[in-house]
Amino acid sequence: MSTVAVAQATAEQPWIQPSKGRVAMFCLIIAESAIFTIFVVAYIYNIGKSLYGPTPAQVLDVPLFNSICLLSSSLTIWLSERAIEHGKIKAFGLWWALTFVLGAVFLVGTGVEWNRLIYHDGLTISTNLFGTTFYSLVGLHASHVIIGLCMLLVVLLFTITGHVKEEHSERIQVLALYWHFVDAVWIVVFTVVYIIGR
Amino acid sequence: MADSTYPIPGSLETTPRRWSQAAILEWLNSWVITVDHKKLGILYILYAIFFLLVGGAEAIAIRIQLIHPNMHFLSPQVFNRIFTMHGTTMVFLFGMTYIFGFANYLIPLMIGARDMAFPRLNALSFWLTFFGGLLLYYSFIGGGGLYGAGNAPDVMWWAYAPLTERAFSPGHAPDYWALSLIVTGFGTIGASINVIATAFCMRCKGMTLMRLPVFVWVNATASGLALITITPLTAAQVMLLIDRYLGGHFFDTQAGGSAVVWAHFFWIFGHPEVYVLVLPAFAIANEVIPVFSRKAIFGYPAVVAASVGIAFVSLGVWAHHMFTIGMTSAGNAFFVLSTMLVGIPTSIKIFNWLATMWGGKIRFATPMLFCTAFVVQFLLAGLTGIMLSIAPWDWQLHNSYFVIAHFHYILVGAIAFCIFAGVYYWYPKVTGRMLSEKLGKWHFWLFLIGFHVTFDVMHIPGLLGMPRSIYTYEADRGWTGWNQIVSIGGFIQAIAVLIFAVNLIWSYFKGKEAGNDPWDAWTLEWATPSPPPAYNFATDPVVTSRRPLWDLKHPDDPDWHYE
Amino acid sequence: MLLVFFACQTAFAEGPQSTPSIFSPASTPANDIYELSLFVLTITGAIFVTVAGLIAFVIFRYRQKGPDDTTEPAQIYGSTQVELAWTVIPVLIVVVLFLTTARMIFAIQDAPKPKAALDVTVVGHQFWWEFNYPKLGIRAVNELHVPVSDPQSPTPTYLTLLSADVIHSFWVPQLAGKTDVVPNNVNKLWIDPHHTGLYVGQCAQFCGVQHALMLLRVYVDTPEQFATWVKNQQQSAVSDENVAAGRHVFETQACMNCHSIAGTAATGRYGPDLTHLMSRATLASGAMDNTKDNLREWIRHPDTFKTGVLMPAMQLNDQQLDQVTAYLSTLR
Repeated sequence: MSTVAVAQATAEQPWIQPSKGRVAMFCLIIAESAIFTIFVVAYIYNIGKSLYGPTPAQVLDVPLFNSICLLSSSLTIWLSERAIEHGKIKAFGLWWALTFVLGAVFLVGTGVEWNRLIYHDGLTISTNLFGTTFYSLVGLHASHVIIGLCMLLVVLLFTITGHVKEEHSERIQVLALYWHFVDAVWIVVFTVVYIIGR
Repeated sequence: MADSTYPIPGSLETTPRRWSQAAILEWLNSWVITVDHKKLGILYILYAIFFLLVGGAEAIAIRIQLIHPNMHFLSPQVFNRIFTMHGTTMVFLFGMTYIFGFANYLIPLMIGARDMAFPRLNALSFWLTFFGGLLLYYSFIGGGGLYGAGNAPDVMWWAYAPLTERAFSPGHAPDYWALSLIVTGFGTIGASINVIATAFCMRCKGMTLMRLPVFVWVNATASGLALITITPLTAAQVMLLIDRYLGGHFFDTQAGGSAVVWAHFFWIFGHPEVYVLVLPAFAIANEVIPVFSRKAIFGYPAVVAASVGIAFVSLGVWAHHMFTIGMTSAGNAFFVLSTMLVGIPTSIKIFNWLATMWGGKIRFATPMLFCTAFVVQFLLAGLTGIMLSIAPWDWQLHNSYFVIAHFHYILVGAIAFCIFAGVYYWYPKVTGRMLSEKLGKWHFWLFLIGFHVTFDVMHIPGLLGMPRSIYTYEADRGWTGWNQIVSIGGFIQAIAVLIFAVNLIWSYFKGKEAGNDPWDAWTLEWATPSPPPAYNFATDPVVTSRRPLWDLKHPDDPDWHYE
Repeated sequence: MLLVFFACQTAFAEGPQSTPSIFSPASTPANDIYELSLFVLTITGAIFVTVAGLIAFVIFRYRQKGPDDTTEPAQIYGSTQVELAWTVIPVLIVVVLFLTTARMIFAIQDAPKPKAALDVTVVGHQFWWEFNYPKLGIRAVNELHVPVSDPQSPTPTYLTLLSADVIHSFWVPQLAGKTDVVPNNVNKLWIDPHHTGLYVGQCAQFCGVQHALMLLRVYVDTPEQFATWVKNQQQSAVSDENVAAGRHVFETQACMNCHSIAGTAATGRYGPDLTHLMSRATLASGAMDNTKDNLREWIRHPDTFKTGVLMPAMQLNDQQLDQVTAYLSTLR
């Protein structure tokens, strides 16, 4: 019984506020960007500062195929967002699954690259400054890819069992925002590590 | 003073309860599993008060050790752990928790909402913070055991590298420091996201952003700042753990790593962090001062803009903590300028408070006593801050007791004073009972005297060359007398805080019944019973100005004529 | 409180003193800072008096007159002119302060180095100070000797600051502001003391368990005193047959792994050089006076004076202790 109603003769305008899911995801993205920025700054600062050990030019190959996979997954997830917006659950499911596959390929590719670097080139996180900053930065990104893949998988499973419907499109878009963020970060990491730093 | 024109039924629940064992367990369980913003807000505040007392005990231990040269009250090892824990506790377990205590309890009430945007995230964030603090304190008994104070962090609350590297800190002290703060950091990020989402997405009808109470604006700003402030610390701590456990070399100077980079990363966190701590104190003052001056806040748009401006500018001043580390002259000059610039929106806020009080009818109840002292003390702290921003002078003052005096002037003289004001102001709403004015005045005057005895005098040893973080000092340096006075002030403050604790407990059972609006205030939380029901508002409020209750109480002269 | 402070004579004395007050400068950098600080104090003092005065006025003039005084005052929501004024004035103050400060930063940090300057390399260790004079071939420990500098023809001392382990900070308030010594980094500091005597300071960046006892003693000498000191420091260690037993203990008990004594087989660099141990007034970087009893106890059990220090107790028996103390006591 605590009504505070002083509405004068204002027209009944719709009271619209931003979507809390989107606002929250933006906040999370901003916070994560700050973490990545610090690791990127540490990487850039330490370019050329290793006292010994393999250099980037010696051991790094540009992961073009992996990057294309990951960046295309942004396209596929966008297509899946559009699909569910229009209620096409089957199409949504297909594009979503493709996104997951592309992300998984990227992850496997990263694993293969690291395997070569560790066992063939002898570069580990403790080898030198380059090793420390490289594995930390790329590893931080990879861990975010893993988290994203887990969430994609959960939604995929719910889609297969038929629980995902058109009214969930807002939530799907919030999750997709996270995935787009992961891809955007990869563009930065790729540029810094494989282009600038090499 | 309750306005009885409201159709609001009685405030306090007067039916006696019979407590059985099952009922007690059920009551405890309700606190553990709650997602209600009010309960979580209270939990945060209780947590904060608990660690205020713990951190305060650590401070008293420090002051006893330093009351005389060559005291043997604490060994050097234990002293170094105690002052590191004092700083870490006060900043993270008292500072970061009081913010979310007040914000969580009050923001939904002030914007006419049912709860925060994400109640379960709210609970998760609290419990992460809670357990992070426990992990930090477990360090006292983990590892080497109580003698030598276990593995409690002993590297200063800034944990400069390479002192924290394995080579120089072979035990687990830095690990407890880093891990516990990573955990509480996640709690902070969750709580910050919640505050922002709530403030922007859950407002009641008619509450445009320009009608948001200043309290909500400033807390949302602080939370936004926290998002990009805590995360650099998390990143740096992860780097430190990589160095310590995976053989990394981020800060390993023997392998080409840089100690200066840790300092940069830490202060990129550390400086905006102090604004995260102080902005919510401003938020409290922004509510208390107008109500007790009986005037609307002067210059609402400027106050909001200044608060947001402070948050932005504070991101660019961090290296004023590093004037002595060997930056170039141009680098030093840049940070002098940016630091001075942050003083401008800050001084604007002081003038706005002054102008709010000007022409008012000031009622000096306990909340207003604390806020008035806050304004004067904050002015002085800002001025010593300007002194410290002068890089050449900072080359003398850095890491001396002058700096300690300056930042305690803010942390205690501004933040703690505002927190006390906020507690006296909103305790009636939370519990339905008023805090004792008599005990409140004792608390205020004793604390004020103790505060000034300690922290005014503390500037002097700094000017006389006494550095910080030392467990003892030479007898012939002329610092002894000043240290004795400082310590005595500390004991006085301790007594005042004990009176406060007694007041909180006694008033809960015996305090005067408050009613829903004991202070004759104007924001929406005062339109609910005290304590508010679980659902806050029975029907969604609709507002047309910044002070909805003023409009109701003064239908002939409502705010929306002027806004 | 400030009045009491200003009344304190020691805070503002001329020349070296046991209280290292920043308001008793004895060297150009410290003096420049002192003058700047007075300027800033004047401005901030004026601001404080004005604003605090206004607050005090408001508290008394606009208080509630009594419990019956319950009418609401006029509600004023803002005023553009007033708000503009109190934005512009602080901006102007900031501009003035910034320009003054920037000028001094460049003057101190980028000061050109005169030919007559003395070069000293300072190395911070946990928990002692090493002073190398590269051009003079001297390695001193814990007590820095520099020549006094005449303002007419200055002979400043330029310090190059290095660290062997963690971050420390070199701070002698009467001579200059502090500068950190950072591992893997080179910092610079210069002083030109105007008065002879002993200036005290200490490490000003937390560096571990004995940060508090990493004290500094700077002896500003007349040119003659300085030349005498340099000549003495350049000698190899005194060789006295009477204490050969002690020297033998020193060389066989692993002391020489950490310590060096010029002219002997001991060339350890981890701990302080002991060639001229007896020329110093204190031991362990100021922790205690340099007496025979203190020295013996220090060697027996360093933790007595400075717990957590990095020098281990070598478990010598009484006879070995007496012998090695006697030996070290000859090292002037």
